[in-house]
Amino acid sequence: MSSRDVILGRVRRALADVPDDDTPYEVAVQRGYRRAHGERSIGETVDLLAENLADYRALVHRTDAARLPGLLARLLAGRGARSVLVPPGLPADWLAGELPTRVADDAELTPHQLDRVDSVITGCAVAIAETGTIVLDAGPDQGRRRITLVPDHHICVVRVPGQVVSSVPEALGRLDPARPLTWISGPSATSDIELDRVEGVHGPRTLEVVLTSED
Amino acid sequence: MRVALFLTCVNDTLYPDTGRAVVKLLTRLGVEVDFPMAQTCCGQAHYNTGYRHQAEPLARHFSDVFKDYEAIVTPSGSCAAMVRELYPRLGDRARAEGRGTALAEQLAPIVPRTHELTEFLVDVLGVTDVGAYFPHTVTYHPTCHGLRALGLGDRPRRLLSAVRGLDLVELPGAEECCGFGGTFAVKNSDVSAAMGTDKVRNAESTGAEVLCAADNSCLMHIGGTMARLRTTVRPVHIAEILASTEEEPLT
Amino acid sequence: MSGTFIGMPAFSPPTLPAFSPPTLPAFPTAAKEAVRNPTLRRNLRYATHTIRAKRAAAVSELDDWAALREAGRQIKDHTLRHLDRYLLQLEESVTAAGGVVHWAADADEANRIVTGLVKATGESEVVKVKSMATQEIGLNEALAAEGIHAYETDLAELIVQLGRDRPSHILVPAIHRNRGEIRDIFTHEMSEWGRPAPEGLSDTPAELAEAARLHLREKFLRAKVGISGANFMVAETGTLAVFESEGNGRMCLTLPETLISVVGIEKLVPTWRDLEVFLQTLPRSSTAERMNPYTSMWTGTTDDDGPRTFHLVLLDNGRTDTLADRVGRQALRCIRCSACLNVCPVYERAGGHAYGSVYPGPIGAILSPQLRGTASDIDASLPYASSLCGACYEVCPVAIDIPEVLVHLRERVVEGGPAVRQGAKVTLRPARGHAAERAAMRAARWTFRHPGALRAGQRLASGTRRLVPRTLPGPGRAWSATRDLPKLPPEPFREWWRRTHRPGGQAPADRQEDQR
Repeated sequence: MSSRDVILGRVRRALADVPDDDTPYEVAVQRGYRRAHGERSIGETVDLLAENLADYRALVHRTDAARLPGLLARLLAGRGARSVLVPPGLPADWLAGELPTRVADDAELTPHQLDRVDSVITGCAVAIAETGTIVLDAGPDQGRRRITLVPDHHICVVRVPGQVVSSVPEALGRLDPARPLTWISGPSATSDIELDRVEGVHGPRTLEVVLTSED
Repeated sequence: MRVALFLTCVNDTLYPDTGRAVVKLLTRLGVEVDFPMAQTCCGQAHYNTGYRHQAEPLARHFSDVFKDYEAIVTPSGSCAAMVRELYPRLGDRARAEGRGTALAEQLAPIVPRTHELTEFLVDVLGVTDVGAYFPHTVTYHPTCHGLRALGLGDRPRRLLSAVRGLDLVELPGAEECCGFGGTFAVKNSDVSAAMGTDKVRNAESTGAEVLCAADNSCLMHIGGTMARLRTTVRPVHIAEILASTEEEPLT
Repeated sequence: MSGTFIGMPAFSPPTLPAFSPPTLPAFPTAAKEAVRNPTLRRNLRYATHTIRAKRAAAVSELDDWAALREAGRQIKDHTLRHLDRYLLQLEESVTAAGGVVHWAADADEANRIVTGLVKATGESEVVKVKSMATQEIGLNEALAAEGIHAYETDLAELIVQLGRDRPSHILVPAIHRNRGEIRDIFTHEMSEWGRPAPEGLSDTPAELAEAARLHLREKFLRAKVGISGANFMVAETGTLAVFESEGNGRMCLTLPETLISVVGIEKLVPTWRDLEVFLQTLPRSSTAERMNPYTSMWTGTTDDDGPRTFHLVLLDNGRTDTLADRVGRQALRCIRCSACLNVCPVYERAGGHAYGSVYPGPIGAILSPQLRGTASDIDASLPYASSLCGACYEVCPVAIDIPEVLVHLRERVVEGGPAVRQGAKVTLRPARGHAAERAAMRAARWTFRHPGALRAGQRLASGTRRLVPRTLPGPGRAWSATRDLPKLPPEPFREWWRRTHRPGGQAPADRQEDQR
């Protein structure tokens, strides 16, 4: 007998005492919790996102489409970045400013080469106000997971209010589970020393989130 | 109103003053108190130590003794929790073990009629000022069963706050267990003693003269620790404070 | 000291034998040492009190916490009720997404599978994300026996591994270490098997985290095989999720070519939507944050992104035995948040090592004796490692009634009875060492059924109370070593009542007594 059969057999025997239950899954779980917490206007939701991102030590900037390229260029220059990684589908007009050497998200790029890149700019799939979270789904403007991981400086552009939701339940509804997803809430951190939070371990130690208004 | 006092085996044997205080207090409030002499033990120690099957006859005995009373009052949070929280479980488990519904049916009627003393005062009698007088600084330890199993909430504090002359001070780490835990105090005596010591140090830090609780089991452990640590704080059951009056003060 | 350490380490990463129950002392014995260690007591007290307050604040932000907790309980119960069906659905969706599913009935089989998979890659080192399941089965030791170096990459796990230590907490395995101790471990041990700690390393958490970053980065960048666990698996989609903070998880899950995830079969939820509950309750219960810094979710493999090969090893190792126990099965709802450890007054004083398991604290006290059985001294003593104060149940985000299961397991220890071990029905014998207690309980039951006998005993005790010492010999010393005994009163309450209330209204009860 395979271990698969052994385990499944054990499960069935273990549940022998439980009366048959044909309650459909949809009925078995009562979802008495909220879809979102609190009543907010769209503007207030974006404000809450900014507040919660900052609470977990992300650097938050607000701008609009016209000023975005200039802001991105300034952020990179301010950091002294000599190279910036750019996913293939990042809107070209975001990069109209004066940028350091651009590195493409190339399949041939080894992790060691990636480690020598200073900064990375991406978009995102959705941002969650209540938790101060941005979610990447490896879309064309976000690239492969590793490019937002190895470089020490990540600039993430969020289109507001279109990409902002209030809550975790609302975010899940917008995401495709078939895609690789990375939920990011502030820069890399640890609570492993005396349960005190310290920012900056293996992931990017600086996370800058640019909220750019769509109108 | 005629109620039965379920004093508990520990109080009956070791803390008769608490029993006399409950009688005095309830009588003062116009309640006719009876003490059914056949009462013994609710079975909590048996149940919590893993002897559920030995606790069952004690639960049945409890039901036999108290079944004809409209209310059963006990000055012990943990024994009240045994009846209210665990008697239904005894019945459920017996049923699950294929022993029928007799136990569950026998125990069900007494469960809602069993009240911890402060609950009875505040919820059933609807009083918070019981006319007590106790001119001392008191800190209150909400015992685990009172706090988490019965959900006594602020009832004991409201009763204490209404006592004339009483200065109620907050106990740091009040919600933390004192370390008694029945047989835990003996089986894990080192950890239990460490918890008891911390509780006593917290009580000392308040400057209170009296540490008050609604359960003498916890107070036996805390008081025993206090005596060993030679602290000046003394343990007193809440019933004795509430029974104390200007005419007949607690000495 | 600067420059990147290149090449294979001259030394293998240190490994310790996994917790081996037969060799471990019972809980009270192990706890005694911890209670008397002032540094440990201070470290634990500081850490647990810090996180307690933070958790309470994070939870109070959500006014629907009770509903989230109840939904979490229901999702897990429903899944466990139909575990066979959902496991098959998971296998199908993971396979469809390009993953390979393996089934391991016990620790040995899981270790064999993983070791074989690593060997097939031709690699001799792996990077690991913190995983309770792989600790439970002693995977690092099994890999080491086959010449494969496993590098723990979570900061706390690194501290434990470098310190040749054992984990003492589910979330923060090095909680028993303070910053000064961590600095010393890094300074002395890092150079043994990789990039040394920076010269003049201080004990500030930021500098310690930086040292770990530098030390581990070279390992991440060259790793070809990653090993992880998972916090959740979604049956409907085949998605796995890992919640973490540091980014070491993302490194291990995305940079290597091969990913092997070892996951307990109870980590399943039916649908994608179910994650909306746990994404809210786990971070707030665990690190006390609105959201942990990183959560990775992956479904099989993705072309040109992350590992090309993904293996999922589904682990039983006592879980189906636990499932067979109608009271104990609720322990399988556990999402390993560790909130129960942080509020537990016993854990705070005894420390994690006393529990003799990778699962310490209240949840460990009910999980270990179920996963491993109650045959050893440590496992038979764990159900008693609690004052039943109920703080654990109150904070549990999936409402596991830990006190209820503890008492149930005490019953299994003292009474024995039917249980399931390795899938087979067995009848357990009552544990040794409880004979005197059993006799005392029986005697007490008899007395309490006979109020006349109780009264006689009380009168005898009161009559001779001046002879009763304030300290006790024998087993009673456990009480009287630190606590005075209460003074016996001159008369028990019932004597006073009999004297003062006869022939009042209590006649029926008296008659009842006299007839016995």
